[in-house]
Amino acid sequence: MALEILEFGFMQRALIAGVAVAITTSVIGLFLVLRRNSLFGDALSHVAFGGIAVGLAANVYPLWTGLALSILGALGITKLRQSARIPADATVAILLSSGLALGILIVSASGGFTLDLFSFLFGSILLVSVADTMAILAMAGAVLAIVIVLYKKLVYITFDEEQARVSGLRISALNYLFVVLASVTAVVSMRLVGILLVSALIVIPNVTALLFGRGFKKTALISVGISIFSVVTGIAISFAFNLAPAGAIVLVSTATFLAVLAARHSARKQLEEQAKA
Amino acid sequence: MRAVELENVSFAYGGTLVLDNVTFAVNEGDLLGMIGPNGAGKTTLFSCMLGLLGGYSGTIRIFGEDIKKNGRVFSRIGYIPQRKAIDQDFPATVQEIVSLGIAGPRKEKSDKERIAIALETVGLSEVGHRRIGELSGGQQQRVLIAKAVVNDPELLILDEPATGIDLETQNRFYALLKKLNQESKITIIWSSHDLDAVSKLASIVACINRSMFFHGETHEFFENPDLLKAYSEASMQAHMHLHDHHHHH
Repeated sequence: MALEILEFGFMQRALIAGVAVAITTSVIGLFLVLRRNSLFGDALSHVAFGGIAVGLAANVYPLWTGLALSILGALGITKLRQSARIPADATVAILLSSGLALGILIVSASGGFTLDLFSFLFGSILLVSVADTMAILAMAGAVLAIVIVLYKKLVYITFDEEQARVSGLRISALNYLFVVLASVTAVVSMRLVGILLVSALIVIPNVTALLFGRGFKKTALISVGISIFSVVTGIAISFAFNLAPAGAIVLVSTATFLAVLAARHSARKQLEEQAKA
Repeated sequence: MRAVELENVSFAYGGTLVLDNVTFAVNEGDLLGMIGPNGAGKTTLFSCMLGLLGGYSGTIRIFGEDIKKNGRVFSRIGYIPQRKAIDQDFPATVQEIVSLGIAGPRKEKSDKERIAIALETVGLSEVGHRRIGELSGGQQQRVLIAKAVVNDPELLILDEPATGIDLETQNRFYALLKKLNQESKITIIWSSHDLDAVSKLASIVACINRSMFFHGETHEFFENPDLLKAYSEASMQAHMHLHDHHHHH
């Protein structure tokens, strides 16, 4: 069956785009999870939803309008966090609901949900066009390249922002750049799992990888591995049983998380029993 | 040559003056112990010297450079902040943490070699591959020192580094400070509540209580009963004040 899948052009595109998204979300997600900012990606994708609605209504390529609005929202919320004393999770709630509200408003003004908008809400990895695939690859490649160049600095501000500042890093500039990268990641992953499930790919593979208790690079690699496994297996399951791929992908990653959690639990129990004996 | 020079430095939080006209200098090669009661402004003073707080008046020069005019001088400083809890689950090995301190590549040595040397200096060569959260508090503190010395700083600033560490680890820690000062020729400024350790280790003592209260050779301070008495009274007051504060809440 595996080979049969690959004969279809749409499947090839789905797998290529899917793997690119898997890598990007897990890498950006590791920083977000460690900075206690897991739901930021979710908020950004909801703002992107508003942007996509604008694009569809104005007949512009919706990924670009989604990207523009989500970057603006991310920069605005970062500015707000720095200048006003509003709790971080509250700013995420403001961003998330405002983005969704904008989308709903535009949808109602333009006469209801279209199929296109629906496909952004729930993902449509099997429907990605060649142009979509190219856009996803370009954006994912750019995000990864920047993360690789700034890797140590990003780890440093994640570990301890004050010490990073003393060592001469420009924290504010790095934070702005990082939220832009997170916005691009959120927009890139919408095609795969949809607006409602973006945070699953950002959070679940990383929380699973953290259970292994390794160093930063190893944790990132484990997370990327789990993410790719979830995306490929999820797409295969959805193809075999004719199910929604987004749901299959997220549930595969959840199942992986639970399996690792259970394995760790039983390993710990075994150790405790050995210690007793 | 002066490592640090402060001229009439004052700083206020809100309306409260925390540093009042502080003037003092540290020579290269000094091991300066900074003492003062709780809330005396030691951490604030360090934050000003490190460029973390910009709103002070007066002048701070480090290696002759005004820090407001030349920010590059910070790359010659290693800083170990007051102990706060490291996220015990943070996914980084000891080597990865130390590597964060490397500001740029050096021709003569690879990053890997530099990390190995820094870990050897603090006596942690054996645990380089372990995750930082698996180490004891004292070991974690030494990892942070290795991170600070990996970039070959000329000045090391430590804010109450030995607080909350057991006595034996503290002694090893003080021996390490002495080694860094004498063998690696690093100028050290170190704040502490431990008068005993300061009297044994520091070559210079600076005693601060919002303004500079005493600054000079260590033996001058510890051989002067009036100074010691005034210091312990000020400490007691700060302590009672803190106590009052807790009761009110």
